[in-house]
Amino acid sequence: MPPSKLAIAIHKLTSCSGCQLAFLNQGVVLLDLLNKVEIKHFIEGGINNFSAEVDIAFVEGSISTPEDLERAQHIRQHSKLVVSIGACATSGGIQALRNLSDENWLQAVYAKPEFVSSLQHSTGVAEHIKVDFELWGCPITIQQMNHFIQQLLLGSKPKPSGEKLCMDCKRQQQVCVLVTQQAPCLGPVVRTGCGALCPTFGRACYGCFGPSEQPNCDSLANQFAGLGLVSVEVAQRFAAIHSHSQPFRDQFHRWQTIHAKEVE
Amino acid sequence: MIKHFLARQHLDQLFSVLSNAGYQVVGPTVKDNAIVFTELSHVEQLPWGRQEIAKPGHYQLTDTSTNRCFAWNTGPQGLKPWLFKPEQPLWQAEQTEQGLCFRQASIEAHPIAVIGLRGCDLAALKLQDQHFLQGPYPDPYYQAQREQLFIIAVNCAQSAETCFCVSTGDGPEATHSFDLVLDELEEGYLMGCGSEQGQAIFQQLTLGPQVSKDQLHTAQKQLADASQQQRQMPDEDSLLKLTENLEHPQWQDVADRCLACGNCTLVCPTCFCSKQESTSDIKLQQAEQVRLWDSCFSEQHGYIAGKLFRPEIRHRYRQWLLHKLANWQQQYGRSGCVGCGRCISWCPVGIDLVAEAQILVKGTPHEPTDR
Repeated sequence: MPPSKLAIAIHKLTSCSGCQLAFLNQGVVLLDLLNKVEIKHFIEGGINNFSAEVDIAFVEGSISTPEDLERAQHIRQHSKLVVSIGACATSGGIQALRNLSDENWLQAVYAKPEFVSSLQHSTGVAEHIKVDFELWGCPITIQQMNHFIQQLLLGSKPKPSGEKLCMDCKRQQQVCVLVTQQAPCLGPVVRTGCGALCPTFGRACYGCFGPSEQPNCDSLANQFAGLGLVSVEVAQRFAAIHSHSQPFRDQFHRWQTIHAKEVE
Repeated sequence: MIKHFLARQHLDQLFSVLSNAGYQVVGPTVKDNAIVFTELSHVEQLPWGRQEIAKPGHYQLTDTSTNRCFAWNTGPQGLKPWLFKPEQPLWQAEQTEQGLCFRQASIEAHPIAVIGLRGCDLAALKLQDQHFLQGPYPDPYYQAQREQLFIIAVNCAQSAETCFCVSTGDGPEATHSFDLVLDELEEGYLMGCGSEQGQAIFQQLTLGPQVSKDQLHTAQKQLADASQQQRQMPDEDSLLKLTENLEHPQWQDVADRCLACGNCTLVCPTCFCSKQESTSDIKLQQAEQVRLWDSCFSEQHGYIAGKLFRPEIRHRYRQWLLHKLANWQQQYGRSGCVGCGRCISWCPVGIDLVAEAQILVKGTPHEPTDR
């Protein structure tokens, strides 16, 4: 049987703090949630007890600095379950764009780069410590978070979902923007979770929820090229919020290579 | 069938008569660059002078030079979402002092009159009826709406590039399952009746005398024109050979292109797969079970007893094609494809079901095509 009240901590590494709002933005439902969980650590919510022993540690943010790495290891030691939340924690976030560059941007941007202490790459939490569950999304949604907690409270193993965005989009009977507008929509390789927000407003998905199950990025990228995107544009479609996720990273490098050959 | 003439300016009468008879009119309109079926209140909402250009992976609307409102063939959806809803609540459960209390989700249906359905759509309806109504456990949600459905079919006067209903035997003429049927001519409509309910509506309209020989001839010529189609699905006997070609290299060739996004199955008017999801409130006092459209292209759809039965995309495409074109023949007495071509135009990478089937029924392994 699961405990009657779960002890949880909400941690932040390198991130914009937006995913933690899935707790704060619940409104009155938060009061119901607090009957089921006890928040031991949540700096954004005013509770600071970094070393509290908890059942679940929700970790937002990427491993981007040496301190991030130390904290992630500390969190692991004090938590039964570690759950990474959001694009930064699952795949390194937007700041992982620096992983794709060979140039020393630090030198170019900062007058005194020696004062900046950061790792060469920004990476997801699971690349460094054992992570039990991942909630993808930029940002994650209240519904996603609560559904996850409910499953644990009921004593069932949370079911991962890698379903493709197209499925949700078609259930809502949105008209496909890829087919009608030749818009470079990432829906066929992106996991659902946002409610097909962009296609609902006639725009191409740009992948906030990360790669779906079995993403055939090769074929979709070929189609983008067929629709008239030049190779550097195809590469850039995959270099946004989840550029460090393996399938998107591979596609970025593939089209960068094609672009480099074209330039030669 | 005796047909009568309905002048174009009297088409709005059809709307008002249906409305007075208690029906909500549902029909085609232009939305988000496509022909979409929606609730309509007046004839101006119909897609006057619009036609689709449908190709593999491509759908665009264009203006025609005619004053017609049925100059198109299909949109992304036909009748399916009105009967087999994409999201259907099934039951709710509540914690009470007496224990768990279960309630079936309410069955909500109201009379709708759908205008603009084609031969392919009606063939699909017949197949969905077979699946949802004629087994040992009829689906109550489908059944309730099905019983309150009035259909005004339209004979196709042209075919889109993706149409192949002639080869499946389902079009371009609407021959069954309708209450009223229309041929759209330059000067108006020829209207025929297919049921008593249709007759009741028919009698309230300002119709001309029986139509002229010229008008009948024009309607016949339009059907003949619509029968000139570029694609031909192999016949049903040939399609059975798909089951003998399970290791054909073409399965991998198509899997290299296939996104496994499920679009083909969700726009298909005969696909009926679903899954169920549970949700509860955070207090864990109330729960709901919902049925959602699913697809054999989804990984979890083939997850049974801890194992993925169809781990690779090639297995899933093969499952779809084999079931739709071959195994349906044992299950439902005919192929599950009605030749509407939706899966071809709405595939984001333009995979052509007919072209794939033609290669796969041959059964002679060959070098994969260069694409």
